[in-house]
Amino acid sequence: MNETLDRPIITCRELIDFIADYLDRALEPVQQLDFDRHIARCSSCRAYLASYETTIRLAKAANTEDQAIVDAAPDDLIRAILAMRK
Amino acid sequence: MTAIPHDAALVARLRAKDDDAFEALLRTHMPRLLRVARRFLQNEEDARDAVQDAFISAFRSIDRFESGSTLATWLHRIVVNASLMKLRTRRRHPEEEIDDALLPKFAADGHQVEPSTPWSMSAEEMAAQSEMRELVRGCIEQLPETHRVVLIMRDLEEMSTEETAKALGITPAAVKVRLHRARQALRTQIDRCLKEGRRS
Repeated sequence: MNETLDRPIITCRELIDFIADYLDRALEPVQQLDFDRHIARCSSCRAYLASYETTIRLAKAANTEDQAIVDAAPDDLIRAILAMRK
Repeated sequence: MTAIPHDAALVARLRAKDDDAFEALLRTHMPRLLRVARRFLQNEEDARDAVQDAFISAFRSIDRFESGSTLATWLHRIVVNASLMKLRTRRRHPEEEIDDALLPKFAADGHQVEPSTPWSMSAEEMAAQSEMRELVRGCIEQLPETHRVVLIMRDLEEMSTEETAKALGITPAAVKVRLHRARQALRTQIDRCLKEGRRS
């Protein structure tokens, strides 16, 4: 008998608690199996997981788009720091 | 690991107290580091102060630069620490928790009370919209500081859980909890925004 498959399906609450570790690939093998079994049959958690991942990418994108702009270092601040060094 | 050749030459000049080398370092790295400090401090004057403190500290400790990383990552770490120090000195409010209304709700059986539905746009499509970028930045700014700082360090500055925990003086487990709740709160606000857009 396969003890892992005999385990009850975890709840949405448990799955959502696992998401950050799932994305970090830090789940224990048994937790990973529990996660996979739940996500395979729960469309709501699949949607939650996808939107959680999108949130992370969007947070990064919303805060890095300004990096495309090559702005100059403020001269007054450079002068102040160089003066303080001496 | 040794410093990359370009860094090694510059570090040698910095250690020799070469004025041009100090200015070159400032001009090369300051724009990026100012952006980092602004994310933490949300205030131009404080960001400039933090960057100034960081560079002065870097100049004074250049002899201790171990070449185990690049100058860019070494300076990044110093600016993050200077920004955190600045936050600590200006902290006036008791720590807040994330509003429960921004976290998912579960029924007694552990299932989501309000089932999640797929988003119609990808991160790239949303990031292309200036209103959405503004919304996301605004939501991050409004997170309780303890959670906002963790989200910035982990998801924006791409620091590890361990580095973040060490810099903040908290446990890796606390970093994980705060990060997860901050992401969930942000996700809820984006979800609401998308649903409102669908209704209007």
